[in-house]
Amino acid sequence: MATKILTTTIAALVVFAVVIALVVRADEFTKKDQERWEKEYMSVVEKGRQLWTSPELGTNGVACAQCHPNAANTHPETYPKFQQQLGRVIALRDMINWCIQQPLEGKSLALDDPKMVAMEAYIMYERRGVALAPGKH
Amino acid sequence: MTEYRQSRRDFIRLAGAAAASVLPVSLVELAFGQEGQSFTFAHISDAHIQHIKGTQFVRNWDRGLIRAVAEANMLTPQPDFVIFGGDLAQLGNREELDHGAEMLSRLKYKTYHVMGEHDYYLDLGEYWSKLFGPHYHSFDHKGVHFVVLNSILTTDEWTHRRWPTAQQRMLEMAGLDNPNGSPFMVGASQREWLQKDLDKVGKATPVVVFSHSPIQKIYKGWNFWTDDAEEVQAMLKPFQKATVVYGHVHQIQYSQIGNIAFHAVMATAWPWPYPQSYAQAKPSFPKITVPMNRADPFFERDATGWQFIDVKTGRVTMEYNLYNNKNRVVSFNPTTGRPEDREFQSPAKRIPPQVHY
Repeated sequence: MATKILTTTIAALVVFAVVIALVVRADEFTKKDQERWEKEYMSVVEKGRQLWTSPELGTNGVACAQCHPNAANTHPETYPKFQQQLGRVIALRDMINWCIQQPLEGKSLALDDPKMVAMEAYIMYERRGVALAPGKH
Repeated sequence: MTEYRQSRRDFIRLAGAAAASVLPVSLVELAFGQEGQSFTFAHISDAHIQHIKGTQFVRNWDRGLIRAVAEANMLTPQPDFVIFGGDLAQLGNREELDHGAEMLSRLKYKTYHVMGEHDYYLDLGEYWSKLFGPHYHSFDHKGVHFVVLNSILTTDEWTHRRWPTAQQRMLEMAGLDNPNGSPFMVGASQREWLQKDLDKVGKATPVVVFSHSPIQKIYKGWNFWTDDAEEVQAMLKPFQKATVVYGHVHQIQYSQIGNIAFHAVMATAWPWPYPQSYAQAKPSFPKITVPMNRADPFFERDATGWQFIDVKTGRVTMEYNLYNNKNRVVSFNPTTGRPEDREFQSPAKRIPPQVHY
């Protein structure tokens, strides 16, 4: 009995796998797919923009955009870099946390917090087109 | 020049005694014609006092203004008056304006106020006016005609009809990079007043205009911009010596348009990036500006500062005294007919921190 169920299950899975393989190929995507993925990305950029201009991110009502309109003067293309004031190589998100803690007088975010990803997405989007320059001061 | 150097030494000595090498105010020395007419004034701008709740305000911005006021009071020789260049408040509410006014009330000198957009767009300058007087006016002082403009007005539609609440209107204008904002302008009725005011002034009289926004078009996206700048510039054109000193931009800027020299002052609150550092912008930035050093966020007061200005020839010589940076002097060069940095103007003299990217 058990063997029969197992055989049937395996057979069903094989059929399912074949069907899936016929429908989805990893190396194929359409313009529509690309548009959808970009839309997904832009929704996170938009979330990042909201956080960037939000008085709620820290505790004192100060927003990132007060000093960094359009995320300017954040130099995302230079990270990771040796942050000379800290004496070590850090990632962009470490610097975002530094700003949340200091001028915003807030609590730092987990490095994989969706808010952190959103803010990075926004910073990078505003900086699109600029060549990578890791390590540049 | 001798008196200036003397006063500068005195000033530095006093500042040193106060354990401060730099002050976030502008000291302006004017010396037109007769020796006895020489005088100075200070310029403090863009304090952005920001209310949190109850009696709490953002400490960082408070410190900038407190320091400016305390140090301006130590100036020697004493300035004849102080200009506050606008944006005393962040969101224009009474708490912020009262707190800012209380700090400014410690100044020992007569103070003239310029309207900033952060002061204006909650109640259209009503409470500000109770504290500080008219939105725009002019005065004469020892042979110089001074004009204080309210340059942060915008269209009636945006101001009176677009937003459901005054609070939202204020918030929309407070975001520098907010696409829902609206270009600044002096406006028709104030321009009419300005023309009448200037008609009464001899064309050889030096004219110094104080505005919050630059009376020129630098970058519309951040309102480093006045929409009717050309009209105002045309009114200043008949004067042999005209200067515009403006706030709003939180950075070193200077330029020359025709006979008019333009000088920006620093903020006491925080610095702003140059428009050219925004990768998606295509600004027409004044080409003769040598930028301030790129701000170091780990020094809270870095890239804020003050300026010493003398106008002995009817043109401005502005000494930028900068926190954590070497001082800068920008003066009118009669040979080239424009303001130039005394040390850094030549591209060969620029230093790496002046590169913004």
